[in-house]
Amino acid sequence: MSTHAPTHEDAFEAHHGHSHGHEAGHGTFKSYVTGFVLSVILTAIPFWLVMAEVIDSPVLTAVIIMALGAIQIVVHMIFFLHMNTRSEGGWTMMALIFTIVLVAIALSGSLWVMHHLNANMMPMSPEMMKNMP
Amino acid sequence: MFSDTDLLKFVFGRLTLEAIPYHEPILVATFVAVAVGGIGLVGLITYYRFWGTLWRDWLTSVDHKKIGIMYVILALVMLLRGFADAIMMRLQQAMAFGGSEGYLPPHHYDQVFTAHGVIMIFFMAMPFVTGLMNFVVPLQIGARDVSFPFLNNFSFWMTTAGAIIIMLSLFVGEFARTGWLAYPPLSGADYSPGVGVDYYIWGLQVAGIGTTLSGINLIATIVKMRAPGMTMMKMPVFTWTSLCTNVLIVATFPVLTATLALLTLDRYAGTNFFTNDLGGNPMMYVNLIWIWGHPEVYILILPAFGIFSEVVATFCGKRLFGYASMVYATVVITILSYIVWLHHFFTMGSGASVNAFFGITTMIISIPTGAKMFNWLFTMYRGRIRYEVPMLWTVGFMVTFVIGGMTGVLLAVPPADFVLHNSLFLIAHFHNVIIGGVVFGLMAGVVYWFPKAFGFRLDPFWGKISFWFWLTGFYFAFMPLYVLGLMGVTRRVSQFEDPSLQIWFVIAAFGAFLIALGILSMLIQLVVSFIKREELRDTTGDPWDARTLEWSTSSPPPDYNFAFTPVVHDQDSWWDMKKRGHSRPVGGFKPIHMPRNTGTGVILGAISVVFAFGMVWYMWWLAGLAFLAMVVIAIGHTFNYDRDFYIPANVITQTEGKRTELLASEV
Amino acid sequence: MTELHTDYMQEGKAPTFYLEEEHHPEGSTMLGFWLYLMSDCLIFAVLFATHAVLGRNYAAGPSPADLFDLPLVAVNTSMLLFSSITYGFAMLQVERYEKKATLFWMAVTALFGIAFVSLELYEFAHMIHEGAGPQRSAFLSSFFTLVGTHGLHVTSGIIWMFVLMAQVAKHGLIPENKRRLMCLSMFWHFLDVVWIGVFSFVYLMGVLG
Repeated sequence: MSTHAPTHEDAFEAHHGHSHGHEAGHGTFKSYVTGFVLSVILTAIPFWLVMAEVIDSPVLTAVIIMALGAIQIVVHMIFFLHMNTRSEGGWTMMALIFTIVLVAIALSGSLWVMHHLNANMMPMSPEMMKNMP
Repeated sequence: MFSDTDLLKFVFGRLTLEAIPYHEPILVATFVAVAVGGIGLVGLITYYRFWGTLWRDWLTSVDHKKIGIMYVILALVMLLRGFADAIMMRLQQAMAFGGSEGYLPPHHYDQVFTAHGVIMIFFMAMPFVTGLMNFVVPLQIGARDVSFPFLNNFSFWMTTAGAIIIMLSLFVGEFARTGWLAYPPLSGADYSPGVGVDYYIWGLQVAGIGTTLSGINLIATIVKMRAPGMTMMKMPVFTWTSLCTNVLIVATFPVLTATLALLTLDRYAGTNFFTNDLGGNPMMYVNLIWIWGHPEVYILILPAFGIFSEVVATFCGKRLFGYASMVYATVVITILSYIVWLHHFFTMGSGASVNAFFGITTMIISIPTGAKMFNWLFTMYRGRIRYEVPMLWTVGFMVTFVIGGMTGVLLAVPPADFVLHNSLFLIAHFHNVIIGGVVFGLMAGVVYWFPKAFGFRLDPFWGKISFWFWLTGFYFAFMPLYVLGLMGVTRRVSQFEDPSLQIWFVIAAFGAFLIALGILSMLIQLVVSFIKREELRDTTGDPWDARTLEWSTSSPPPDYNFAFTPVVHDQDSWWDMKKRGHSRPVGGFKPIHMPRNTGTGVILGAISVVFAFGMVWYMWWLAGLAFLAMVVIAIGHTFNYDRDFYIPANVITQTEGKRTELLASEV
Repeated sequence: MTELHTDYMQEGKAPTFYLEEEHHPEGSTMLGFWLYLMSDCLIFAVLFATHAVLGRNYAAGPSPADLFDLPLVAVNTSMLLFSSITYGFAMLQVERYEKKATLFWMAVTALFGIAFVSLELYEFAHMIHEGAGPQRSAFLSSFFTLVGTHGLHVTSGIIWMFVLMAQVAKHGLIPENKRRLMCLSMFWHFLDVVWIGVFSFVYLMGVLG
């Protein structure tokens, strides 16, 4: 924000002179299209699995959906957000990994804690739960 | 169409004359005092024609040093407010026995303890810590400012806006009666229909935005703006602890924001997250808020650990013992602080397996803290200890904090916690670590860095008086609470039946009175030091013979901090420079690129107060207009591309020339 | 930075304690903005956690299988995917300093964004009309909040897009504007990532029951 004076004319020079903050990486036409095609496929499969009721077991379907979702997130990270271990001296990757760990802790921790709480305090069947006021 | 009442309702929402507490003598007296003080302050500023300077050089400043100082001033003002609440509670509890109801009715007492907790954590400790980090970190890493100077100013004003919203509740309406974390269902619309919880929510949300942004800013500053040569393992320990604290801020305040937003929806939109019916679950709130709440206490204590590390090394004339282990301990605490949150609600009923896990992680987290304690002790071992005021606070901390830490480990044992949960034992424990750790650390930091900020030292006589009052006052005030807690007395109770308990509360009140004297001595110390400022003047820039880079520049530092960026070869880089005979450059200065001041931050802060006021009182038109104004002003700000200027070389030559003369006159 | 360091540390040379030339630290904007995105990610994490815990509490009201219109969600998802690649095309034009083409692709992206938000609002209106508003049950509270928060983010992204288009039109592709375009790019693609979580976890798994 404060590192260089705004000079409208010599935009090219300023850019190449000291390439501030552009280490985040650029895509190419090819990488964007690759990412797009992959994500279309990875979106279509889970929708198809659910809408056409392909697999009998809902648990298996759920596992596949989550796995495909995770893969698609990685695809987006690589092809659209241009994540790599080098940009910003590795700090963005570190921040991302740290965040993923915290998200995992918050999600799994909350589920674990609240599940035990429900198990201890509400001895009822899922049917009763569903029709609870 | 509209009848008169409809129109009134539209304009004023639920705000009526009844909301002004003119029938409460305590509040009226407070209001008169605040009004008289305020008018006096405005009069003084006008008399000394200070308005222009105040606006140009302070309120709109993007200079990290001035913003840091303003944060600390905010924190001190809020300390007085929070402490006033504390002394009211102590008085009430010492009086209300055996049928006597004391002088505070329960609905007022409940507001007082809620306000005390909220203010002390969010508006005393947080701005204090942020202020010191803001002032010190850029100087310690040899930078000229933070990464995003405007954002820094904006963050400060959002924090201040939050404080103003909370203070407004004193004179317009009421404050929450829920305790500082506002657990539902008590804080839900059914049980707290008034404006108290809404003041709480909007005050914290507005301040929370400021805190999160300032966290991002300081991380970016520490990661990107370090002087050449300062690798991660050559950073001063205070900078390290600041980095970890800010990581925690950025990683937890969003959780608080989201959780409070869900509570807001419950109250305003009638959703069912934390209600008792239609599938809501109040315990989810408790779970979520402590995912933020536990790291929060480490946000407060880590910078204090950093301050003690700097102080111990400086006043023992030794390199800090075990620098690397200190850094690793800090990082380990940062990560572990995320997996202990359930120890705040062992009694909620999650069962043995969950409680055991969180009990064990809590005990593990005390290990790196213990390691730090030994590092400080070994630094003192065979050091040449100078018992200046910052060092006194440090030694006071080491004794007090160990006691607090041990009671904490007691509470980490789930079966013990079932007995002690929500008792005064818990209150004694967390005041033990927060006063004995955080407050003592902040006091040490203020005395230590005051000469850097203002160019003269604080008077040591009054500093020592203040320290001894605080220390003895603390023990008198909180040791009785441990006893009472073990006897089973619970927290947040405004009157008692059993007269045999009274003596302990009287002792505690006496302790609070001693702390009041400590605070008073601190204020006297400020005044006395100002009067004696020529005598206490620091001409060298290095009054304590210290070790880190902030002491290499003048006191107070020039706007640009360093005429030439320092090059770092060692952890204690200024010590290294002194030992290896550096020579201060006296010529060849070049223009320095600096950010320009801007009023956008103050304006946005002010409008956010209006917005919050509109939301609290259901004045939807006002809130809507204010929100729109904020968006428009923020967008307008992005159209300004002219945000910086150069300090010309001759100005720098002049400033540095004066310092050269000053240094020469000293020797 | 590291080169300097090793240079000064070489044996035999007198240590240099000050940098003679002006020190240019690297720009912090990209890192700062990334950190903001990470903090935003945690806001969504809380909302996801809340939905995970409360998402089955129907309170004898409608369940996802009764309410969700998966073809509509699929169309909605495609809007967001299209907007992602069109914003990618805009960024490619930025690299080639094609101002007009950049503005064109940004406009296309904004249109896809508006289509997404409109479809979502239609879905919300339809559900509320059927008596399945956010007050009906904890499941619906958390559904509306999670999806609505994402929608609010997309809305602010669209407003940002228009502001930035005005700035690019006025000042051209100067370094400041390029930096802002990069930030918006990160923001926009980040919202895409969140949406993957939303359609997988909320819609598809919800319908599965």
